[in-house]
Amino acid sequence: MTDFIKRLMRSPQGAIGTIIVLLVLVAVAFGPYLAPHDPEAMSILARFKGPSADFLLGTDQYGRDIFSRLMIGARSTVIMAVVATLIGTVVGALVGVTSAFLGGRADEVIMRTVDAVMSIPSLLFALIIVNLLGSSDINALLAVSIAFAPGMARISRAVALSARKQDFVSAAIARGEKPNFIVLSEMLPNTVAPIIVEMTIRVSFAIMLFATLSFLGLGAQPPSEEWGLMVSEARRYMHISSWILVWPSLAIALVAIGFNLLGDGLRDVLNPKT
Amino acid sequence: MSASYLTKRVALIFYTLLIVSLIVFAMTQILPADAAVMMLGENATEEALAALREQMGLNNPVWTQYLHWIAGVFQGDFGTSLRTGLSVGPVMVEALSRSLLLALFSICLMLFIAVPLGILAAVRRGKIVDMAVSLISYVGVSLPEFVTATLALLFLADRWKLLPPTGYVPLTENFWDGVAHLIMPAAVISIILVAHVSRMVRSEMVDVLHTDYIRAARLKGLSSRQVLWGHALRNALLPTITIVALDVGYLLGGVIVVEEIFAIPGIGRQLIIAIQARDLPSIQAGVLIMAATYCVVNFIADILYSLLDKRIQYD
Repeated sequence: MTDFIKRLMRSPQGAIGTIIVLLVLVAVAFGPYLAPHDPEAMSILARFKGPSADFLLGTDQYGRDIFSRLMIGARSTVIMAVVATLIGTVVGALVGVTSAFLGGRADEVIMRTVDAVMSIPSLLFALIIVNLLGSSDINALLAVSIAFAPGMARISRAVALSARKQDFVSAAIARGEKPNFIVLSEMLPNTVAPIIVEMTIRVSFAIMLFATLSFLGLGAQPPSEEWGLMVSEARRYMHISSWILVWPSLAIALVAIGFNLLGDGLRDVLNPKT
Repeated sequence: MSASYLTKRVALIFYTLLIVSLIVFAMTQILPADAAVMMLGENATEEALAALREQMGLNNPVWTQYLHWIAGVFQGDFGTSLRTGLSVGPVMVEALSRSLLLALFSICLMLFIAVPLGILAAVRRGKIVDMAVSLISYVGVSLPEFVTATLALLFLADRWKLLPPTGYVPLTENFWDGVAHLIMPAAVISIILVAHVSRMVRSEMVDVLHTDYIRAARLKGLSSRQVLWGHALRNALLPTITIVALDVGYLLGGVIVVEEIFAIPGIGRQLIIAIQARDLPSIQAGVLIMAATYCVVNFIADILYSLLDKRIQYD
């Protein structure tokens, strides 16, 4: 494990990605305790203030402290993205591995259907599901999970197929091992690594997708501190103060960059061949 | 490329569209609201609602409704918009033409930036330039379109007044004004694609530069420019075609957000309006047209690829 972390920290992507993601996780876990101000405390006298010692990143249209709002909002923004990616991955992996296991015509039909679902842009898919089910956090979560599943199915199928062709799997079959032993002890450990890499990178897509849904008014609802919603609300006032627009935008970008870098770093460590 | 391969590919497109149509139809069926109530309003009399339901075929079984809809689609009839009362097909096709113009503009812009960046990074591998390109691509893939679009509007249009703000001007009406209105939306859409494609070009180029035929060309005494542009580039760019075609999925998603923000009356904006108004026939038509666009682009890319690279044989 320490060897793994050492190798991860040796690549610049892995090191920077890990640091950013750790910082984000601190904000997710302790955001409410670290926030210097009440994120919902309004003040007419302190509207549209630039960054200062008291308000680190300035204040918004109601005089609320932007830094505190970002710290609180980290929770809804990041947790939703991680959970949605997890659900999408589990569903996708089940479909993909089953398809690889069945093989033949069933595999063909399942994968062509997965391709068909992928021809609908995931944002559009999510937009329709959320709108039809009603805009709420849970529905947005469901929509993004469903939108992610086909991509993960495709990847886990490819990984499962290549794992089945490995010599150690043939050796296990030749030894006369039971099928579930082969799947669980020989194949699964070798499919998990690429799926984790893909999942980490997907978290950044999920963060962007959720933020876009909120921006279009179909995700989190005011007065939530979700970052995409903060950008959306700031648009109306950007002529007065650009800070209220710039900070949440940077926050979204930073988290997405962090997960992207971490994913690439993990890829270098977990499959050194590619 | 054999005829049987072509037949298989075309059959696959139809299968894809069949699945998409089933998904879209199923999604619109779970909608709690009643289409007749949506058209006539909450205060309509029960008789009027019943008559309209009968006329729209809402009393028929779901399968009959689906078959009726899909039969219409095959004849180019996508139904009537619940919101405007207009025929959906022509409205969507006109919107699609504007979106395709935007998409084409974005792809050209993207290639114009991404290919030189990728080559530069590959040639200067491990140097500062390479790291700068990779940094640009990380930032590029991590910025959602709505963020870049909003920031671009704030700075380029509002603060520095370099480009016109939102809106759409047909090229036939005023060519240069139309192009000026397209620059910002196209740039926003192409950012993520630039990040993605420049990375692909870089890694392909790095691979190609290590092949034997490149070494042979060098040993033959060709200048490094001749090797790069005459021998390496062509081979490095081929796989990019497939990547760009697969990216059309992202592109279409990006078009939705960008058209909404820049007020471009394309298919993405039509879809958002339709989704917000729960205008089922328009949603169904829009999704189907988007999926069809994706399929056709990928089909063309496959054919183009096999025409350009004689080693690829589809059967």
